[in-house]
Amino acid sequence: MNERVARLHRLRWHCRRALLELDLVFLRYWQRVGDDLDAGDEAALALLLEMEDHDLWELVSGRRETADPQLSGLVEQLRQV
Amino acid sequence: MKITQRTFDAVIVGAGGAGLRAALQLSESGLKTAVITKVFPTRSHTVAAQGGVAASLGNSEEDHWHWHMYDTVKGSDWLGDQDAIEFMCRKANEVVIELEHYGMPFDRTDAGKIYQRPFGGHMSNFGEKPVRRSCAAADRTGHAMLHALYQRNVRANTQFFVEWMALDLIRDADGEVLGVTALEMETGEIVAFQSKATIFATGGAGRIYYSSTNAFINTGDGLGMAARAGIPLEDMEFWQFHPTGVAGAGVLITEGVRGEGGILRNSAGERFMERYAPNAKDLASRDVVSRAMVTEINEGRGCGPNKDYVLLDITHLDPKVIMQRLPGIHEISIQFAGTDPIKEPIPVVPTCHYQMGGIPTNYSGQVVAPRGSSMSVAVPGFYAAGECACASVHGANRLGTNSLLDLLVFGKSAGETAVEDVRKSVKAHKPLPQEAIDRTLARINRLDTQKDGADVHQARLAMQRTMQNHCGVFRFADKLKEGVSKILDVQKDVERAEIRDKSQVFNTARIEALELENLIEVAVSTMISAEARKESRGAHVRDDAPDTPEHPNGRDDVNWLKHSLWFKEGNRLDYKSVKLTPLTVDTIELKKRAY
Repeated sequence: MNERVARLHRLRWHCRRALLELDLVFLRYWQRVGDDLDAGDEAALALLLEMEDHDLWELVSGRRETADPQLSGLVEQLRQV
Repeated sequence: MKITQRTFDAVIVGAGGAGLRAALQLSESGLKTAVITKVFPTRSHTVAAQGGVAASLGNSEEDHWHWHMYDTVKGSDWLGDQDAIEFMCRKANEVVIELEHYGMPFDRTDAGKIYQRPFGGHMSNFGEKPVRRSCAAADRTGHAMLHALYQRNVRANTQFFVEWMALDLIRDADGEVLGVTALEMETGEIVAFQSKATIFATGGAGRIYYSSTNAFINTGDGLGMAARAGIPLEDMEFWQFHPTGVAGAGVLITEGVRGEGGILRNSAGERFMERYAPNAKDLASRDVVSRAMVTEINEGRGCGPNKDYVLLDITHLDPKVIMQRLPGIHEISIQFAGTDPIKEPIPVVPTCHYQMGGIPTNYSGQVVAPRGSSMSVAVPGFYAAGECACASVHGANRLGTNSLLDLLVFGKSAGETAVEDVRKSVKAHKPLPQEAIDRTLARINRLDTQKDGADVHQARLAMQRTMQNHCGVFRFADKLKEGVSKILDVQKDVERAEIRDKSQVFNTARIEALELENLIEVAVSTMISAEARKESRGAHVRDDAPDTPEHPNGRDDVNWLKHSLWFKEGNRLDYKSVKLTPLTVDTIELKKRAY
């Protein structure tokens, strides 16, 4: 299997979260982007998925903002899905 | 075919609160302990628990474990085993203080003690008035608990197998449990984990319902594995529902919304709760509100194109109140209902929240099953704790904050019993029976080679819709009967489900198909157990078992004061008596459950 596909599969699994809210957001996200993630999105997603679930949900739901320019684009996409 | 074998003293499946608490007991005892988990431990669904953990510490006012026990028996609608309930309530202070010593950041009183708050159903002096019994860490109690337990496990050298999925229980011809087979997601390799003690702590299976508050990982893996290995599942007809989940998503809208003045309306815009509960109206108890909502939908007064939800209206509230007192509701509504609750009402349906039944255990955490003339004989080498287990402390209905207590007490208890059993065993590990391993390999092979089979997503959706429509919060004899036949048809589809992706690295299609094979066992056991129980009790409410003087709340203690046991083989049901004798105190006598 090609390495990129394997990496994306791993990222998809890492989108299985403790909170239903996040599961639903990431389900919609993958339905929208399919495998069309560029390297920047992929890196941002990997970074975002390292966050604790409650913090991540506060970010995605708009109750908190990120100062990290690497994450802001992806966070905005997740808010729109 | 030979597969790699790894050997431990104990193997725990699941790394939520119950699994981590059990693992800690084993590792700190010096036993070689492995934890197998589908996701990183602190991503377990325990994180979602906000309410707190019940313990009669009496830090804010007088409290006693006996009062807590009374509340739990009453909450269970007398289906809980009173020995296990006494055990849990007496152990509560010990496990909470232990957790405090592990570094759990509980909220504090000014005097530095653990702060306690009131929670529904928890009362002082045998039901007299509400008592402050819940210990919380802000609104992140589950999260804080998992972190404290995980760190402690790291210190104790627990070995974690993260992103591994347990597949099947390994049982020999004598019925002894010798470990599990498991799939490493990163490589697709199947490995046999050999152990003297196997503890299941796999959580609930709320994903059997179309509308569920449970995260996607809650697929009842332990229940599926137990059922396939010939272990019965107990009291599976009892599921707790929350009245207001966002329709089509399941995300919870807190009760606080109705507390602040939110009104439930049907398709005619009518405030229908005035007809069902003229005094309490929208603030009636969860079960009354849920039943009223289902009645409105069933009688054609639901909203939307399919008339399958009702509306929760807060448009009359001051937007400032919504933003200040109901934080998060605005965002949840926009994100998952696509409506701004300041301008439009939120579509809601009763939503599955918690599973009271599970793998039958005693209060020592040993899995028990019928053998010979006894209905509860310990299965050697096998233990279970937390939502996947049925001790049974929640009986027909769970009290809030008793779930975190359950996983701490019975996680520890299962761990302690396993430590004793492993130390008593003088023999080396028994050899693993090849037939058990071959059964796993045959299951995987079937999945990989299935042609013209059913689509996993479609089959899962059919299961979820069947459960929601036929075995929801309010149950009807004809719908249940029809539901049994429908769910058995869905099961046939699941047995020939097909995946197109045959790759090995993080093949999520394969994992989802394997999860569905577990979910369907839970769904079938639920439907069959619910159809058979011809009374109303706790969370199992039937239209044909109404409240009468002879059967208050529809409960029929003469015929149905007993636990259901469903066996996969032949979809057979059996029953065992409820333990009404506590360990040291008098029986809490049967009476009508009323608040």
